[in-house]
Amino acid sequence: MQRLVIQRVLGLLLMIFSISMLPPLLVGYHYQEADVLSTFGTAFLATLITGFLLWSPTRRHHADMRLRDGFIVVVMFWTVLGAFGTLPFLLSDQVQVSFIDSLFESLSGLTTTGATVLSNLDQLPRSILFYRQQLQWLGGMGIIVLAVAVLPMLGVGGMQLYRAETPGPIKDSKLTPRITETAKALWYIYLSLTLLCALSYWGAGMSVFDAVSHSFSTIAIGGFSTHDANIAHFDSAAIEWVAIIFMIISGANFGLHFLVWRNRSILYYWRDSEFKMYVSVLAAVCLITLISLYIYQTHAHWFHPITKAVFQVVSIGTTTGFTSENFSTWPAFLPVLLIIVSFMGGCAGSTGGGMKVIRVLLLFKQGVRELKRLVHPSAEFAVKVGKKPVDNRVIEAVWGFLSAYIAVFVVMLILLFAAGLDQVTAYSSVVATLNNLGPGLGEVAQNYASLNWFSKSVLCLGMLLGRLEIFTLLVIFTPFFWRR
Amino acid sequence: MKIIILGAGQVGGSLALSLANESNDITLVDSDSKRLHELQDRADLQTITGHASYPTILAQAGARDADMIVALTNSDETNMVACQVAYTLFHTPTKIARVRTADYLEFKDLFVQEALPVDVLISPEMLVSNYVQNLIEHPGALQVLNFAEGRVKLIALSIQTNSQYVGKRIRKIFDDVKTMEARLVAMYRGKQVLSIDEDTKLEVGDDLFFIAASSQAKNVTTILQGLDKPNKRVIIAGGGNIGYQLASVLESNFRVKIIESNTERARHLSEVLDKTVVLKGDAADESMLLDENIDSADVFCALTNDDEANILSAMLAKRMGARKTMSLINRPSYIELVESGMIDIAISPQQVTIGALLAHIRRGDVVAVHSLRKGSAEALEAVAHGDHKTSKVVGRAISELKLPRGTSIGAIVRQDEVIVAKSDFVIESEDHVIMYLTDKSKVRDIERMFQVSATFV
Repeated sequence: MQRLVIQRVLGLLLMIFSISMLPPLLVGYHYQEADVLSTFGTAFLATLITGFLLWSPTRRHHADMRLRDGFIVVVMFWTVLGAFGTLPFLLSDQVQVSFIDSLFESLSGLTTTGATVLSNLDQLPRSILFYRQQLQWLGGMGIIVLAVAVLPMLGVGGMQLYRAETPGPIKDSKLTPRITETAKALWYIYLSLTLLCALSYWGAGMSVFDAVSHSFSTIAIGGFSTHDANIAHFDSAAIEWVAIIFMIISGANFGLHFLVWRNRSILYYWRDSEFKMYVSVLAAVCLITLISLYIYQTHAHWFHPITKAVFQVVSIGTTTGFTSENFSTWPAFLPVLLIIVSFMGGCAGSTGGGMKVIRVLLLFKQGVRELKRLVHPSAEFAVKVGKKPVDNRVIEAVWGFLSAYIAVFVVMLILLFAAGLDQVTAYSSVVATLNNLGPGLGEVAQNYASLNWFSKSVLCLGMLLGRLEIFTLLVIFTPFFWRR
Repeated sequence: MKIIILGAGQVGGSLALSLANESNDITLVDSDSKRLHELQDRADLQTITGHASYPTILAQAGARDADMIVALTNSDETNMVACQVAYTLFHTPTKIARVRTADYLEFKDLFVQEALPVDVLISPEMLVSNYVQNLIEHPGALQVLNFAEGRVKLIALSIQTNSQYVGKRIRKIFDDVKTMEARLVAMYRGKQVLSIDEDTKLEVGDDLFFIAASSQAKNVTTILQGLDKPNKRVIIAGGGNIGYQLASVLESNFRVKIIESNTERARHLSEVLDKTVVLKGDAADESMLLDENIDSADVFCALTNDDEANILSAMLAKRMGARKTMSLINRPSYIELVESGMIDIAISPQQVTIGALLAHIRRGDVVAVHSLRKGSAEALEAVAHGDHKTSKVVGRAISELKLPRGTSIGAIVRQDEVIVAKSDFVIESEDHVIMYLTDKSKVRDIERMFQVSATFV
């Protein structure tokens, strides 16, 4: 661990992050909001100065980052930025929230979870609303660039599977020879998708402000909205379909998008086993949901449930967390089914949360292999993804991930029970934060405001663990990490 | 013809012996002088000791005036370089090389005059695996060989005790296959050739050879062997190149299990094969064979490098209830031994490979040759060229042809159409004529018939 290197990176990160206070400032100025300068102006200066103070003593210090520094930097991206992200909420006069609430909101944004503690969104100043959306967008970009370009070098994250172990279409996680080029290419894709999404929303009938805001949270698989009623506010099938399409795109591997874009061939999607499974599972759950909705006769018009069902399945399945209808009141098993689908989440290298499709795929194949081994005791079977064998080391890593995931899940669940939450609320809020989903069931179906501070801090940790794919954060708490 | 053979291994050695007996000038090159001496004692050929691709060695072997060079050493790279050297330095007209690695074979553009001047590539593993594949796809047949790119097949069958034909006359076969595009071309009782006479009575153990259109091949075996149910479950012992090739072509249509004793190789196979079940263990491990339901296996193929292991594991499989067993056997003496009934089909890799080489050694436009009955008989596909004046076959009805004794024409392929030979059928130029010779020494006469003779002009 090199303190100076980390301090330097941290300073730079904060200085860059401070720039993100400026667009909301402009938005506020445009809508002539009263305290916008005192809110975002102060937040901007505070962040910039802190960053500069951290950075300036290390200005002349040049050393390469090492493996362990990488872990710290990645963890800090979400924790420190999360902490400084609270400034506008604390400074604004129009939002009356405690520190833990603003931390929850800020982390929920940066980890693209989309769980909120704010209510009466429609009455809040536009600058604050825009800032929340922008936090998600930044978080999504952080995931794409860090998870696809940086995390694999540390040997963690779902993209690690794409490195040497699972060749598939992506032989190496580095899509271009230089890491900065890869990051740049992915950033372009992220930006153009956002632009395309905003235009589509606008075309489907949103105002410019809403279109841009929602495109931020759609591409980042976030789930924040500028309205209390979320997407249901617009009550438009066209908008819902635009959201469905862009959620599916953002839930897929951005490395795969890059390959498709570079080779100008859409076929790459269909050759990718993870993408195939991702789409098939979503389609299957849509079908189940539709059939149940028809059986229980919840909607008057026959076409109505199709849009609602597909939208809600895609939104929860990709861990976006938009709602176009209060799905927690849907009949029978449907709410639980949807929440469980979010465990699978998006593909590795996407902005989605959850355990990632590739891990679920590998776990499934490994399960089938165990069954085959019982029938043929002396046989050799290889677990393959897209006809390419997967190293046993990777399977072990996936099993390790699953057990850590379950362990974290159980510990958080017990802590929430201890905090006095009822079973449905406790269970669903852990799922919703650990999977970076957003809305839960029960008390937290709309927002998380009613929870006590202890539950909120547990859930904040849950969002971080989920976003950092558990091991990245856990490793920092191990003694051997700090041993030289 | 002057032929240089590089590599005196199993294929190279037996090719040399079989060609030397056909009055060709054979020079055999190998680095193992002991092996060369052994072969020299058995046939009239010249031998050179040395590395096969070195120009001086090739020059010594007489590459300058050789008609053909056949590179059959163990190394693909040596074979390819030898062809390159022969082409660049000695302008040898025909160059044949054995290339086993599938990676090279996938890129056909490599083997052109400017790059790697190899005229014919042969891959024994591929040939053997095709041969076994044909046998598995035609249950009941002892041999199934392709002609005219698979449009025509030669099928060998043996009359079994439960056959409806035992004691019947050949006329019955003629009547039964009349409606099919198939023709009986040869018949053996033990080692003796029987003339195909309507009144000959069939006995148990008689071997019959049919030439048939591919679409009819299955019907012919069905009619002669009764209802042999189609093969479905295949167990392959030995995951070497041949076993792997075979498994990869069969796995989409059959349920294939492959047994390999080497752990590393077994793991590799499980990674490269898709549906095949790869078993790690000894092919003669009784309890494993039982666990894997050997008694309901349709075919058991022993394809390891070890003759003895192949024979024993095939015998074991047969005893444990496998319906049909095949074994790869390199030593000719063993083949006779096991064909007495312990194993259903003995596969000789040399005979399979030599057939493919013979096609290029024959004069006249011979496109496919299969060596049969341990090399005493031959089935070949020749193309007729010229016209009534310059050719001895074109423009003549089959009954007018002066075919040597023991030769019968089975089928003719005209463009894409397969026509079963009838005595009044008139052969035209560019027809592919598929025939069977019970006596290989008559092959010269056939070659001469199909050469366009200048003296007629």
